[in-house]
Amino acid sequence: MKLTGAQIVWEALVREGVEVVFGIPGGQNLPIFDALAKYEYPLHFVLTRHEQGAAHMADGYARASGRVGVCMTTSGPGATNLVTGLATAYMDSSPVVAITGQVATTILGRDGFQEADVTGITMPVTKHNYLVTNINELPQIMAEAFYIAASGRPGPVLIDICRDVQAGQIDVVWPDKVDLPGYRPHVTAAPVEGIAAAARLINEAERPLIVVGQGVTISGAHAQLQDLAEKADIPVASSLLGLSAFPQSHPLALGMGGMHGEAFTNLALQNCDVLIAIGARLDDRLTGAFATFAPKAKIVHIDIDRAEVGKNLTIALPLVGDARLTLELLLPLVRPAQHTEWRAQIAAWRTDTDRRDILAQETTTLVPPYVIRQIYEQAAGSIVVSDVGQHQMWEAQYFPHERPRSHLTSGGLGTMGFALPAAIGASFARPDEEVWVVVGDGGFQMTMCELATVIQEERKIKIAIINNGYLGMVRQWQDIVYEKRYSASPLVNPDFAALAAAYGIAALRITERGAVADAISTARHTDGPFLLDFRVDPLAMVYPMVLPGKSNSDMLRRPLPEMMGGQEGK
Amino acid sequence: MKHVVIAWMEDKPGVLTRVASLFRRRGFNIESLVVGHSETPGISRMTFVVDGDDRTMNQVESQLEKLINVTAVEDVTAKPAVVREMALIKVAAQGSEARTEIMQMADVFRAKVVDVGHQSLTLEVTGEEDKIESLIGLLRRFGVLEVTRTGQVAIVRASAKENGNGHRP
Repeated sequence: MKLTGAQIVWEALVREGVEVVFGIPGGQNLPIFDALAKYEYPLHFVLTRHEQGAAHMADGYARASGRVGVCMTTSGPGATNLVTGLATAYMDSSPVVAITGQVATTILGRDGFQEADVTGITMPVTKHNYLVTNINELPQIMAEAFYIAASGRPGPVLIDICRDVQAGQIDVVWPDKVDLPGYRPHVTAAPVEGIAAAARLINEAERPLIVVGQGVTISGAHAQLQDLAEKADIPVASSLLGLSAFPQSHPLALGMGGMHGEAFTNLALQNCDVLIAIGARLDDRLTGAFATFAPKAKIVHIDIDRAEVGKNLTIALPLVGDARLTLELLLPLVRPAQHTEWRAQIAAWRTDTDRRDILAQETTTLVPPYVIRQIYEQAAGSIVVSDVGQHQMWEAQYFPHERPRSHLTSGGLGTMGFALPAAIGASFARPDEEVWVVVGDGGFQMTMCELATVIQEERKIKIAIINNGYLGMVRQWQDIVYEKRYSASPLVNPDFAALAAAYGIAALRITERGAVADAISTARHTDGPFLLDFRVDPLAMVYPMVLPGKSNSDMLRRPLPEMMGGQEGK
Repeated sequence: MKHVVIAWMEDKPGVLTRVASLFRRRGFNIESLVVGHSETPGISRMTFVVDGDDRTMNQVESQLEKLINVTAVEDVTAKPAVVREMALIKVAAQGSEARTEIMQMADVFRAKVVDVGHQSLTLEVTGEEDKIESLIGLLRRFGVLEVTRTGQVAIVRASAKENGNGHRP
């Protein structure tokens, strides 16, 4: 049967099981959109208001579902607007396929209208990319793109399709398999000798610690992780993206470590004698200064990407392989253990952290952690998509997650503006679940045009703006590192509730503690989207904090209650 | 320490850019890079010389292997390998004395005279980097007018491959 390039694109998406595509049409992908109207493919197209939003939606969909998220834009500016979203997905190993229109092959390379070298631009922020100039290659490339995006360590793949390829016609032969000579993802367990050696290290450890990342979620290793932790009595710390990989109510859960990790978590990292890192890149936000990280520990590093093992730290035992399969082989070799002293030591450190808890302190101001905890009190178990900045760290500290894929955030790239569109994407992946956006007033304004998408697509997401009138994390650094010179960090904001109303979204502004719980309840019980504008304490700080380049042992701690009003001590 | 690394890759548009872009953004210090056809149709072979410690070399290999179009990577530094480079050197040759001396030198280095002009000679020399460096060094006093070098290519010796040390894509 003869199909046009445009039809091949849609047929391939349907064959891959795609149910929703996010994007914007434009001059160089009109043939693709015309085919969509003409043939009524069984998938849903979501028109976004900006291409960056489309990329984040595809990413959010992928993170919430584990399936490939798809976005689609035109050439030139449409495609370059995807770059931030692709880089975000790339850093956090999120499977995304982006399909962009390109000028016709007859114009390619001649600086045609809306021409940009999109494969060149996106090369460093995609797992792979393609420029399609020959329609005969299109069916194979579509299949390869999905295979590459989803397999091994997942990541974004971009397909740039020339306009005349979209409009051309061929007799389609669908590929029956994908065989790439240079791509053999490690979808097996690590070698058994390595696993046996790791088991010996773990069995001999007195102060073992596990640290988990996004890889546990991608691999679906949650059950095996919990089995290992329980069998050998090993506490579990997390990177930011590992937070929903292990139930945070579990007695062995230590929450997030690193720059804004709790002190007891960082002390555990710095004092453990064997550290088992699973699906975590061990980047600088988690480790602090590389040379001073976990100085007493032999590190076992389980990761599917060989290039991550030993990239930043010296690894005693590299285990390159799939996390779940590797843990399955490791588990029977690990002896049951009780690390009573070690656990007691961590508990003692934790007591000190609890004493400093902001929520335990007498204050009447609307502090952000209070708002976050109130959302948790009512909406525990929801999918929470946080943006980037102070509120993101407070969410990580004060909203414990229990289920895999319930906490979505831009960890690696730290992309402000991620949360709202990513939450829209997540709501398509899991339509029956409550989805919350926790976002700062700065980040919200970077992609707030997607409020229109919320309405057009009837998304019922709940948006909590932690509004402090600053680029809060910038202001915090200026506070600590730059002697309170608030250079370009104060924000003059619109009235977000009025703004929401303009879009047809119900909203409330909350200025005092007493109104928080009711407002959250109203939002939850309103059938439709809801925006809550929390006017919080403008000068609140996220603690603990490890200053850049410093050791995790060297934290700025939360002030003790008796020290409130002054600056914090160590 | 300098390493000689061979990488095999699919001969597709943009592959060289992918490799070069990777070297640039990861900060790998590349001294030379040569790419050409291999014995297998559709597979190009790249030889490059990179300066780095063990951690860097581990990154060079594993990051390169992640590129979808790269089919194999092999660091041959520690292996018995034939490493060669070719250079064309145009050297000023004024007067028969200079000319004779240059040609004698070329003989010693097994270089060929590939072009003769009124004021200059062009030599073609093949060998390891050191040999080429020293020939150029010796020619300097006559006036080296132009040099073009291919960069190093390498192949693991048959004896090593037969002993099982070889590695092929």
